[in-house]
Amino acid sequence: MKRYDLIVIGAGPAGLSAAIEGAKAGMRTVVFDENEKPGGQLFKQIHKFFGSKEHKAKIRGINIGTELLDEAEKAGVEVNLSSTVIGIYPEKCISVNKGDHIENYRAESIIVATGAAERMIPFKGWDLPGVLGAGAAQTMMNLHGVMPGKKVVMVGTGNVGLVVSFQLLQAGCSVEALIDAAPRVGGYGVHASKVARTGVPFLLSHTVVEAKGKDHVESVVIAQVDEKFRTIPGTEKEIEADTICIAVGLNPMSQLVRMTGCEMQDAGGLVPVCNEYGETSIPGIFAAGDVSGIEEASSAMIEGHIAGLAAAKYTGWIDENEFIEAVKIRTSSLDKLRQGMFAPQNKGKKIENTDEGIPVSKSLLEKGYMDDEEMERYPGVVKKAGVHPVIECSQNIPCDPCQEACPFGCIKVGERITDLPAVVEDSTCRNCGACVAACPGQAIFLVNEDAEEKMGTVSLPYEFLPRPEVGDKGVALDRSGRVICDAEVVKIQNVGSFDRTAVLTMKVPKEYTSSARFFKKEVY
Amino acid sequence: MEYKVFDRTKPIGEFVEGPDDDIIVCRCEEITKGEIRRAIYDGMYTVNEVKRYIRPGMGLCQGLTCGRNVKEIIARELGMSPQELEESTPRPPARPVTAIVYADCRGEEEK
Repeated sequence: MKRYDLIVIGAGPAGLSAAIEGAKAGMRTVVFDENEKPGGQLFKQIHKFFGSKEHKAKIRGINIGTELLDEAEKAGVEVNLSSTVIGIYPEKCISVNKGDHIENYRAESIIVATGAAERMIPFKGWDLPGVLGAGAAQTMMNLHGVMPGKKVVMVGTGNVGLVVSFQLLQAGCSVEALIDAAPRVGGYGVHASKVARTGVPFLLSHTVVEAKGKDHVESVVIAQVDEKFRTIPGTEKEIEADTICIAVGLNPMSQLVRMTGCEMQDAGGLVPVCNEYGETSIPGIFAAGDVSGIEEASSAMIEGHIAGLAAAKYTGWIDENEFIEAVKIRTSSLDKLRQGMFAPQNKGKKIENTDEGIPVSKSLLEKGYMDDEEMERYPGVVKKAGVHPVIECSQNIPCDPCQEACPFGCIKVGERITDLPAVVEDSTCRNCGACVAACPGQAIFLVNEDAEEKMGTVSLPYEFLPRPEVGDKGVALDRSGRVICDAEVVKIQNVGSFDRTAVLTMKVPKEYTSSARFFKKEVY
Repeated sequence: MEYKVFDRTKPIGEFVEGPDDDIIVCRCEEITKGEIRRAIYDGMYTVNEVKRYIRPGMGLCQGLTCGRNVKEIIARELGMSPQELEESTPRPPARPVTAIVYADCRGEEEK
């Protein structure tokens, strides 16, 4: 039996953050993870994160993972990989399967940060090769460089479904459709928009009926559902596809924490009942991250820090005052993320208006993009002489990098990070493109209605390879992904600080500057 | 959490075949929806009982994928909400462990 001060189960964002706090407080801290590599899901997250600077906003998940690992190493955390915790026993003992043998450990406190597993929906043919979780598709693409398939149907329009759809497009797959049984897009509108503008159709109130194929998926039958999620006969449609990605939610992996006998509750999956510091009903047993309730990685990291501090206080490594001070900062940071339309307390609620009292875009929720006529009611969408930003951000999500990105003070988010960004009146845009590249939602465009007599320019964020070059001719697509006019690339900006989000400027006829939002080199 | 115990004296009627009974629910153990439904009519009214009777959730992934779906099928058949139905008992090993590892009788010091 090996003894430590703190055992952390899971080396994802929550577990590593918890371990860092524990080790910094002076505790001998050990982390176990069943995977070969640490970081949990972070190293699969190649997109820029939301939030504020304190939440590492506009940094890609993969880079946040690297930072977290460095920090853990500096703090003296011992990370054991390929080490599967198979049981938790009374007196805070655990068994760990390491390769060909089992080792037993004991600590004063245990923090369980085991994350979540993908939820699956059984339908006819779902056990055919080609049906996989969206997270699994992400692992194939972003960790192993393997394309999951050529033609993909994504099931689920939550943030996972939307983000992975975009990554599938980046990997070179064709996303044939995004479907969801719900009547509204579940994830951030900005994530949906960046997928929709490439031409991917959104089919809401649709479900998968069957995956067809002999020894792998060859097509998928979908059908419309009524308000009680029953399929409507006669609405079946067959889509040719070799891959079906399922992104219908996550199940907290609470099996281990349940072995402690702690009190549990059903909150979209079985989770331990925890106090505000992540402590379960059993003193000294803590839970953090998705295992204590599904959220995203930024919140998981903060929850981890708080649980780490709580564990340190529990065994007297930090005193009450230190604890209160340190937790106060983390809690306020967490509260900022848990505001707005997508906050945990608003889950399942139908929201009609933004915090500013502006009606939400119906089209965004039903089709994945905003209709032209809905645009102008948002404070980020303005018409001005000369080049100026157009911020197509219409939902109260916790995110504010745009405000800081503009060195000339053209963009203001306001008091709370969930407020809608506005274009500051009397400000002058210098056409630097920093805001376009900084927006994690890829929702900012620089528009110049009168660049030339008959032509205007639109600058947009571009994250696909091969990157177009200046002089390339192609077509402009509108928000729905429909080809609307010819376009020519007149500028490509790709400086280091843009972190691989190129800013592509295309020239389009003047009348299309308010609708052209994507460039494709292929001519149809 | 308060779970409901299903009244075993209450008749639940006869098993009626469903159109999607041939769908596999537990991929690891290849258990179909029909097999799970039949198990209920054989008198298995809890997740634990169904699990011991026909093994859904006892394969490689230890119910990570099917656990929730099995629970939903049982709950629907018994006219309960899935939240009212107790989950299967969690116990070590949480992940499959090969027998050779358990058979390893080297002392702690030698490892």
